[in-house]
Amino acid sequence: MLETPYRDLDQQRETATLGMFVFLLTELMMFGGLFCSYLVYRTLYFPAFQEGSRHMDLTIGAVNTAVLICSSLTMAFGVQAAQKGLNRTTVSFLLVTMLFGITFLVLKGVEYHAHWQAHEVPGAGFLAHAAGVDPNKLQLFFSLYFLMTGLHALHMLIGLGLVTWITIEAYKGRYTEAYHNPVENVGLYWHFVDIVWIYLFPLLYLISRTHL
Amino acid sequence: MSAAPAAAVAPREHYLNIDYGIRSWLLTTDHKRIAILYMISITVMFFIGGIFATLIRLELMTPAGDLVTSDTYNKLFTMHGIVMVFFFLIPSVPAVIGNFVLPMMVGARDMAFPKINLLSWYMYVIGAVITLYCIIIGGVDTGWTFYTPFSTTYSNTYVFGSIVGILFAGFSSIFTGLNFIATIHKLRAPGLTWRRMQLFLWSHYATAVIMILGTPVVAISLILVAVERVWHVGIFNPALGGDPVLFQHLFWFYSHPAVYIMVLPAMGVVSELVTTFSRKRVFGYEFIAAASIAIAVFGFLVWGHHMFVAGISVYSALLFSIMSYLVAIPSAIKVFNWTATLYKGAISYRTPMLYAFGFIGLFTIGGLTGLFLAALGVDIHVTDTYFVVAHFHYIMVGGTVMAYLGAIHYWWPKMFGRMYPEGWAKISAATIFVGFNVTFFPQFLLGYVGMPRRYHAYAPEFQVLNVMSTAGASILAVGYLLPLIYLIWSLRYGEIAPANPWGSTGLEWQTTSPPPTHNFEETPVVSEEAYAYDKHPEMEFVA
Repeated sequence: MLETPYRDLDQQRETATLGMFVFLLTELMMFGGLFCSYLVYRTLYFPAFQEGSRHMDLTIGAVNTAVLICSSLTMAFGVQAAQKGLNRTTVSFLLVTMLFGITFLVLKGVEYHAHWQAHEVPGAGFLAHAAGVDPNKLQLFFSLYFLMTGLHALHMLIGLGLVTWITIEAYKGRYTEAYHNPVENVGLYWHFVDIVWIYLFPLLYLISRTHL
Repeated sequence: MSAAPAAAVAPREHYLNIDYGIRSWLLTTDHKRIAILYMISITVMFFIGGIFATLIRLELMTPAGDLVTSDTYNKLFTMHGIVMVFFFLIPSVPAVIGNFVLPMMVGARDMAFPKINLLSWYMYVIGAVITLYCIIIGGVDTGWTFYTPFSTTYSNTYVFGSIVGILFAGFSSIFTGLNFIATIHKLRAPGLTWRRMQLFLWSHYATAVIMILGTPVVAISLILVAVERVWHVGIFNPALGGDPVLFQHLFWFYSHPAVYIMVLPAMGVVSELVTTFSRKRVFGYEFIAAASIAIAVFGFLVWGHHMFVAGISVYSALLFSIMSYLVAIPSAIKVFNWTATLYKGAISYRTPMLYAFGFIGLFTIGGLTGLFLAALGVDIHVTDTYFVVAHFHYIMVGGTVMAYLGAIHYWWPKMFGRMYPEGWAKISAATIFVGFNVTFFPQFLLGYVGMPRRYHAYAPEFQVLNVMSTAGASILAVGYLLPLIYLIWSLRYGEIAPANPWGSTGLEWQTTSPPPTHNFEETPVVSEEAYAYDKHPEMEFVA
């Protein structure tokens, strides 16, 4: 539990948390590059991007937003339980969190499938069009949409892997009031991925949708 | 020399002789062993990058493009750039020297995250192997900058593979930065306050901030290039609705600060060398420390100066120009403070100090010519000429490589417990300094009179200076080969080094050479500021 370079568990926990926050800064900058590109193109090619937003499934997007917010809540409960050393409770909350996470990914898959059937996936098969909109620029919207949500989904997958790991550890009763920083840090990661979606949803689905 | 009693005593256990198995190296989490692994890897990459440089210089001996075809030449300068920037310069001082001495300078037993540290080396190796594989099967010809749409649409070389290799190297750099920040924040020894830290730590802290914030942006922009190339969608290709200038913005947002990833750690090294070899407290400690942070911050706001001719607006060009001037201020503060430290110091001209002097002089020339390039009018005149090539080689080779070699010599006794041969080392330091200037100074002149970069043939009137440059490069090559030979020789035949041969006050010297796996027998307690040579007249050279 206490690794080599540390004097005590407190120092270890503080260092691990700092490390996680620094890592999340890195992640923030990585998504930041994509968000920045999206905003630049959105400003340059506003009509095409407005048209793109209208091709989004608002219902699934909204449900998924709710699902992720709920998953963050159960994750927070799981972390609380781990901090008190209640391994059984931790396991339950983490399992519910995973269930929400999987629901999100399944719904995302349904959405992707619908885009595929509507020939909205960029590449040779891209056929989406609308009056007065350059199809290349509409395709650019979809390229960025798939990249941003795809990178987010990849982070969800990694998050699910991490939650599986801490669930197994909690099931083995590894966490105590003194030692629980893996749960805290996976929690931080999970919340971060959640927040990314909180920005993706309005940017891709909501703003300017009905603006004429 | 009394051999008999020494034989009776069991040899002291240290990080090198604790285990000799191959697994004990490949699965080590000891920051000192990881540093050695990095040292071997980047040395290999340095000489591979050097082979490309040799071929470039040989081609440029004559005005006609007679040694290689223009396509091959494009590949040569691209692969020289990729290998040297991503696989040598960026990891050079931080991953080798920083890895080795940073935990000892903070009085810690290891990095904050030893396993992530090892993962960083593996990421580097995977990236290097992928990139070398791409080089062997045919190479890449986009320039190390991967400008779109050439890289995404028109180039018929191994762009995708090279990008994947660079992404891995990027992750290795992020992990190194993560470790530096956490280690400096959380693992400092009792009494080691921020104001008592050695300046090497401040500059590595600033470097780590850039690694953490910049590298992910270049990662995502290279991913976008790869996606565009593989799926033929228009992200940066103007024919498909994309904007190639956006790629340049994203790329330089990292790649300009990357210059500071290369030079800030080198500055940290020079701060250590100048104080140790002039036996003096550093002049203006707070200013040098703050200058490191200022360079990291300002460094993020100047990327547009790479794009003055790319069609950015005149107002943003103006702002980027002003910001580029501002970043010169903290750099100049450092140069002035090192110089002021020398004043009335007891200077000894040992090899590391020679490299430090080399750094200060060459970095000053590189920095001042950088101001020429930050000026809008002059920049348009010399954009894409050899003036730019000479400028950044003065910073990267004259600055970073000089400091890296100085650091290798300075900490060599600590790393391996052996002294390097002083005479040979001085000869090679002088050779490198002369060779470097003969190679690159003519390129300033060539660029100023209009020789463009990245062509394998040139107008006959440029030949004299090009021949000079090639001659200098061969002197430089000798200078780089000498340390490779005598340093390896010294591992076995060098004089046994004492714990603190330079009489340095640095915390990393207060343990045995080579250090035990856990660095210090007991956790050191720091009770005074760094470089307090005036309080310790007993600290003397013993080697």
